[in-house]
Amino acid sequence: MADIDLTHGAQAPGRAPLLRALAALVVLAALPTLASALGYPALTSLVTRILIYGIAAASLNFILGYGGLVSFGHAAFFGIGGYVVGILYQNYSDETLFLGLVPGSNQMLITLPAAVLVAGAFAAVIGALSLRTGGVQFIMITLAFAQMLFFLFVSLKAYGGDDGLIIRRTNELPGLNMRDKEVVYYVCLGIAALFFAGLARLIRSPFGNVLNGLRQNERRMVALGVAPYRYRLVAFVLSGMGAGLAGALMANFLRFVSPDMMHWTKSGELLIMVILGGVGTLFGPLIGAAAYLVLETLLASWTEYWQLGLGLVLLFVVMRARGGVRALIVALGALLPGRQK
Amino acid sequence: MTLLLEQLLNGLQFGVMLFLLAAGLTLIFGIMGVINLAHGSLYMVGAYAGTWVAAQTGSFWLGIPAALGAAALTGVAIEALVVRRLYARDHLDQVLATFAILLMANQLVTLIFGRQPLYTAMPEALSGSVELLPGLFYPPYRLAIIAVGLLVALGLWALINRTRIGMLVRAGSTNREMVRALGVDIRLLYTVVFGLGALLAGLAGFISGPVMAVQVGMGEQILLSTFVVVVIGGVGSIRGAFVASLALGVIDTCLRAYLPGLLRQVMAGPEADALGIGISSMGIYLLMAIVLLVKPKGLFAGNG
Repeated sequence: MADIDLTHGAQAPGRAPLLRALAALVVLAALPTLASALGYPALTSLVTRILIYGIAAASLNFILGYGGLVSFGHAAFFGIGGYVVGILYQNYSDETLFLGLVPGSNQMLITLPAAVLVAGAFAAVIGALSLRTGGVQFIMITLAFAQMLFFLFVSLKAYGGDDGLIIRRTNELPGLNMRDKEVVYYVCLGIAALFFAGLARLIRSPFGNVLNGLRQNERRMVALGVAPYRYRLVAFVLSGMGAGLAGALMANFLRFVSPDMMHWTKSGELLIMVILGGVGTLFGPLIGAAAYLVLETLLASWTEYWQLGLGLVLLFVVMRARGGVRALIVALGALLPGRQK
Repeated sequence: MTLLLEQLLNGLQFGVMLFLLAAGLTLIFGIMGVINLAHGSLYMVGAYAGTWVAAQTGSFWLGIPAALGAAALTGVAIEALVVRRLYARDHLDQVLATFAILLMANQLVTLIFGRQPLYTAMPEALSGSVELLPGLFYPPYRLAIIAVGLLVALGLWALINRTRIGMLVRAGSTNREMVRALGVDIRLLYTVVFGLGALLAGLAGFISGPVMAVQVGMGEQILLSTFVVVVIGGVGSIRGAFVASLALGVIDTCLRAYLPGLLRQVMAGPEADALGIGISSMGIYLLMAIVLLVKPKGLFAGNG
């Protein structure tokens, strides 16, 4: 996959971004109060979705921006994460055993790790097979595996098939009232903060450096004694786990899972978020998710043909603004007085 | 036995439809290195333009030039305005830009023609059914589709192996840079190939009208199957696309026809049907995964 050269991306986060991240966290923590004070309570649920999609997009960006692997099937892991929560809840409410072995659960402390592990297991199998190819074939084989899972879940009538699975109540966390949307928001915010902190460490770790090196020049890394396949596989599994975490949160937030979560256009949406935010940057995907969802919400409230506008914006970003919205913000920021470097 | 033959013919008909799309896609892939997600949109444009003209004039045959013209023009416009700037970019940019075109094409078609599916009347001469073998009745229109597909395959073979353009196409898919270095106007060649691919996609879209409904989203359904064909056949190989489309057409059709019945032997009716349909939809993707694991570049890669 040496043909993927993302020259603008893949910097390690420095100290100033840390301060900015903390500032953003403070704003996000105050958001529900601000939203209801300003009379936009719907803002909280929009930002919850942004945080969740941000986690999924950042996971994809980990192998795409840092690892140089274009996965066109990441919605599969997103959907798997969601279905783990959905299926465990169904078994819990029916008091049945999954496959006659595993009891159900409605405890988030159980379902989230389970979703992450199951998504990771699927990513291990899919990654182990897909990574034997490269380039266009890698894009297509990841798409193929996602399609297989999509059709599998469409055909599983026991879990709702086409119609999906309704989760009557959000998973419980001890001591918290999870029926309150604000509490769910804070849970998502906390998990997102932990996730991004972990991701930042991972990117700066020796492992992250090797992955970055493999993207930039595989032959040199091989000459240094690195086995590319193993590193890429671990990265793919971690990325799948992140997407699974996001899917599990989404299932809890929407209280609904359906095969649409793994439709190939969902994989496309995740790629769009990464591109919009800027490939190979830590918080780019979060900004991209925000840009995408805000754009979608605004355009959809304005016209039912919102995808026309979305297509135009996307086309413009791909053709003209290669660093995405983030690069646009940085460029605009540099124009502000007193911010020149 | 007659049922099996009928399914095989259905499979063959689906296969040649796939081939009409895959031929263009594999050339665009192989020669320009572009992943074109908007190929399904060209199929849709051809279907809508042809069906509309056929409905307005009352003549099926006038729909054919309309479909070909509309799809080819749209294709050339997309190439000149967008795709041309993406040749040097990585696959990710190409995927996203053509994905954007796909979104816009769907919305534009919805704006112009509405959400209701259109239906094309079959031409008089090809309606009804003919008895191919004793007891085997088959619609002549579907036979005509198969014939058209095979003729196009023959024509493409002749074009690629017997003409100057074909020589350049073969050379281009082997070594792009060398062709350019020899003084060939590669941009013109790219536009011609893209236009030709669009033309074939438009043809496929229009002739599928009387068999399947003409509706928004028809392009995506067949696009993914077409990608499977292209990847299994080997990117850039027309021969691979031909073999893979016929094989996939037959396999997919037979799975859909027989798997639910087989599953019904071991489980309850509606569940067996749902699972059967699901697994048969997975079939072609499973096949692609297996082929790629054995031959990571596809079956006929590098044969031109």
